Amino acid sequence: MSAAGTTITISDPYRLARGPNLARGHGGGGPATKRVIVGYGFWLFLLSDIVIFACLFATYTVLANATAGGPRARDIFDLNHVAIETACLLASSFFCGLATIAVARRNQILIQAALIATGLLGLAFILLEASEFAALYARGDGPTRSAFLTGFFTLVGCHGVHVTAGLLWLGTMMAQFFAKGFRPDIGRRFLCFSMFWHFLDIVWVAIFSLVYLVGTRL
Amino acid sequence: MKSVGPMVRQAALQALLCLAAVMLAPSLACADSILEPVGPVGRGDAIILLDAVVIMLAIVVPTIMVTLAFAWWFRASNTRAVYRPNFTYSGRIELIVWSIPTLTIFLLGGVIWIGSHRLDPFEPLPSTAKPLEIDAVTFDWKWLFIYPEQRIASVNRLVVPVGRPLHFRITSASVFNVFFVPSFGCMIYAMNGMVSQLNLQADKPGKYLGLSAHFSGDGFSDMRFDPIAVPAAQFADWAAGVKGAPLDRAAVGVLLKQSRAVAPYTYRGVDPALFDAIASQKLPPGEGPQSGRGAPGTQNAMSRGRAP
Amino acid sequence: MLGKLTWDAIPFDQPIPLISGAVVILAALGVLVWVIAKGWLPYLWKEWITSVDHKHIGIMYVLLGLLMLVRGFIDAIMMRAQQALAFHAQGYLPPEHYDQVFSAHGTIMVLFAAMPLVIGIMNFVVPLQLGVRDVAFPTLNSVSFWLTATGALLVNMSLIVGEFARTGWLPYPPLSELRYSPGVGVDYYLWAVQISGVGTLLTGINFVTTILKMRAPGMTYFRMPMFCWTALASCLLILAAFPVLTATLAMLTLDRYLGFHFFTNEAGGNAMMFMNLIWAWGHPEVYILVLPAFGIYSEVISTFSGKPLFGYRSMVAATLFICIVSFCVWLHHFFTMGAGGDVNAVFGIATSIIAVGTGVKMYNWLFTMYGGRIRFTTPMLWSLGFMTTFITGGMTGVLLAVPPADFLLHNSMFLVAHFHHVIVGGVVFAVLAGITYWWPKAFGYRLEEFWGKAAFWFALAGFYVTFVPLYVVGILGMTRRLQHYDVAEWRPWLMISAAGILVLIAGAICQMVQLSVSFLRRNELRDTTGDPWDGRSLEWATASPPPVFNFAVLPQVQDAEAFWDVKRRAREMHGSGSEPHYEALEMPRNSPTGFVCAFFATIIGFALVWHIWWLMIVGLVGAYATFVVFAWRDVPEYVIPAEEVARLDRANRIARQEAPYGASAI
Repeated sequence: MSAAGTTITISDPYRLARGPNLARGHGGGGPATKRVIVGYGFWLFLLSDIVIFACLFATYTVLANATAGGPRARDIFDLNHVAIETACLLASSFFCGLATIAVARRNQILIQAALIATGLLGLAFILLEASEFAALYARGDGPTRSAFLTGFFTLVGCHGVHVTAGLLWLGTMMAQFFAKGFRPDIGRRFLCFSMFWHFLDIVWVAIFSLVYLVGTRL
Repeated sequence: MKSVGPMVRQAALQALLCLAAVMLAPSLACADSILEPVGPVGRGDAIILLDAVVIMLAIVVPTIMVTLAFAWWFRASNTRAVYRPNFTYSGRIELIVWSIPTLTIFLLGGVIWIGSHRLDPFEPLPSTAKPLEIDAVTFDWKWLFIYPEQRIASVNRLVVPVGRPLHFRITSASVFNVFFVPSFGCMIYAMNGMVSQLNLQADKPGKYLGLSAHFSGDGFSDMRFDPIAVPAAQFADWAAGVKGAPLDRAAVGVLLKQSRAVAPYTYRGVDPALFDAIASQKLPPGEGPQSGRGAPGTQNAMSRGRAP
Repeated sequence: MLGKLTWDAIPFDQPIPLISGAVVILAALGVLVWVIAKGWLPYLWKEWITSVDHKHIGIMYVLLGLLMLVRGFIDAIMMRAQQALAFHAQGYLPPEHYDQVFSAHGTIMVLFAAMPLVIGIMNFVVPLQLGVRDVAFPTLNSVSFWLTATGALLVNMSLIVGEFARTGWLPYPPLSELRYSPGVGVDYYLWAVQISGVGTLLTGINFVTTILKMRAPGMTYFRMPMFCWTALASCLLILAAFPVLTATLAMLTLDRYLGFHFFTNEAGGNAMMFMNLIWAWGHPEVYILVLPAFGIYSEVISTFSGKPLFGYRSMVAATLFICIVSFCVWLHHFFTMGAGGDVNAVFGIATSIIAVGTGVKMYNWLFTMYGGRIRFTTPMLWSLGFMTTFITGGMTGVLLAVPPADFLLHNSMFLVAHFHHVIVGGVVFAVLAGITYWWPKAFGYRLEEFWGKAAFWFALAGFYVTFVPLYVVGILGMTRRLQHYDVAEWRPWLMISAAGILVLIAGAICQMVQLSVSFLRRNELRDTTGDPWDGRSLEWATASPPPVFNFAVLPQVQDAEAFWDVKRRAREMHGSGSEPHYEALEMPRNSPTGFVCAFFATIIGFALVWHIWWLMIVGLVGAYATFVVFAWRDVPEYVIPAEEVARLDRANRIARQEAPYGASAI
């Protein structure tokens, strides 16, 4: 700090320091752009959400064998069903990516079409998951049956709640693109939405591997 | 060093005990102090405690004194103190600043490592005598002590022989509690569905203080029991002469209901599988209260899943 | 229609909560009527309730924290009185009520007094110290505050509608499960803490983004004031720890509401997991509180010693060290569960290693004073009180980290004495020092010194008289949370402790007198220069109170002590600083979003506690509608013209001519 001080002429006390990194938002470069700030903040939110999922994963793992005489993981999982679910969600992420390209090209029709496809595939995922849950309930293997099922329903259900909230957000997003066009603030929100949607994919991949794939092998 | 170490420790220990005694003088007449244990476990724990205090006081006291001295000497009105507005870094001081706490913790870490292993409550005591087996169960809000070898049980009173190791298996039939006899030493959790173990020994006859060290609900203050240490012969007499109803599932059903400040009583004839049945949740857990604000008829409203 | 809510919910049979609740409601109504009668409502709405200005939000946080501090202190007085009386007797509080009092005391003090106070000071100070105009997400900041206020409201509502948890401040299952706590107390706890926890999490996100992405030009990481570093570490902890709290409480909620089996005694539930999860949040929570407190002490000690902080980089390292290690120690809260020698030893050593970081800080403050010119103002007294108190409090903490010692002291009154020792001596002293230190910046006048010093001495003495006896009864085997007892040896110590509370009450009264006297004499105590203490960081470079935009021109930082550096240069060039070039500024518009969110959150929380499902749906729909309306607005900012900026800043520059510490030269 004193090195900078000695070389400086004292004529201007507010003179900019000569640091190695003067890009905005880095080191001594001053405040970052709004897009960076919003994206960064939302990224931090996703990290905190990952911590929530981490707790649920840990809990599920602890309770995985506490079946209390009820069904075990391999008794209830249908991998074919889950594979279709997974395909829906991953495909919806692909369309979300298309929407990102459409936003960059400012193509309203393509955006709406891509977002509708994203939403429909997301909805299909949710409905498939709901049907899986409903089937378990109908057999009497709901979350109150055993600690294992409690952990399973909560972990997978929490992801489902996230997807549902994402669908509400997606609808709002489409309305905003339609009504307000390509304003910078709408663009920033879409940046957050697309991060959220891809984040749900990542969590699902973890659920698919650690809950379903490992579960059927145990 | 080898010969000096224990001497220094002994001297410091005595000094501390004196200090503690002065502080506690008004109440020490017949108190159950953790610093005056009556068994090897309590003594071991207390010595570690005092060791740790001595190690830390060695830097805490000088630091406090230097803080006050610096603050006083460098007061703005003291014209003799040298003002050094640019004294903001010194490699030597930094080195000392990091190394003093590090070395202290290094020393303390050794104490922690050795102490945690040597005084692990699950570890049997080094003794030639065969330990007395005692199974303890906590209910809302009373203690049940089962003597499986004697086929007797006692509520809210723990009678033990002097000088013989005691091996406890501890569980809870409802919420968490902690088994604690300050004069004997080491405490440990009582948890439903789990069995904790604890090894203790009492070397001096007497009636001591026993209580739960984990809050367990409205009757928690009455989670008291009377640990009584008696000579071995007297213990044998007591065990042989214990009277009471047999402790079976029906009797446990009564204990599972909440009650407070239960006067000590005993059972004769104990179902040996009972403790394991409670610990492995083959018996249902304690019933809990049937009241609470905003909870009219809660017992009907709540769905607790199907019984396994 | 009203779920479980009936007239039985009002404690007509318990005069103490009934009367105190009535008094609180009457007082609140009185204030409201007064505000309306005076015509202040529009002002409050525009300048405070809907404000997104970090300074106003910070002040509201501190106000909320102080109110809750008083509430928690009243609980403390009741507890000390009960234990002084309840020897071979029931005292004046039945267990059903006493259990609520200590649960509420802990919950309120940690989550609704200490957290708002620390976050409030962070809110006020951090953007000013960073030399920027607001936090990264101003409206979100308002939402955070109002969600915290919602939590506080729900906790206090439980005083008169229903009951509060009777489980302790951390609702350990199985005691907190429906079977053993069928009342609504635990539900109040869950929703209050859950809602305010979301607010805290948003604060964490907001401040990490602000500190990492929005600093004045030239302010590299190693030029940030120490308080900003500690705020950053604290907010990183919030980011990593509060989601754990959210998840854990959600699991307990599912157990209680839907019959799930996370922590139940039945069907394979595992209550021990709750202990692990809750302390994975709970222990970092301690450092979330105490790290910013360390930051406050760093600022205060450096300013009043007239020296830069000694060993700045060491301090940063120690802060981040504590930040990381605090996640590796949670098991020391249950050494007595019998995890075995290896596990206990590892966690015991990890815990005591934290003392290395704290010890380094202690020595750095010591050497900051060395060679200084110490002015014994009230904030400096609090800091010295802290240094001498905290070091022994820390020592008893390390003692509890030694597993064999903990086998004797776990959950005892010794533990109670220890954590009050570090939280009162560490956090409460810091908050009071911080409030006195930054008060002139916030309101434009200094606080009166005599009553402030009186408050300090009473608090310090009262603290020792209250808590040293608790160490002693802990050694005599007394466990915490006893509603009555029959051990004669404990009694004299509990009486002394109760007497200590009286001294603390005197301290609290002095503190209130200080605030009132200072307000009445505010013209004499006026700070016109913006730099009443000869400060060293950027918050002192602007007017007191600062204009809404904080800085007319973003400062260019060239040194770790930005403002001190500016003053030094200005002196060297004999005050030829020319007027900067002013530009029009964009500032965020006020928004009622936070307040409306809190309104619906209160409805949702209350409806869930009492199982009023239709009301819960109304609240949820309202919350979503608020979100959409907020997202729909077109003009999020307003413009302050360059002339207005220039006018305000010129007035500040003229006032600075009077400044005693060289700022006049700028």
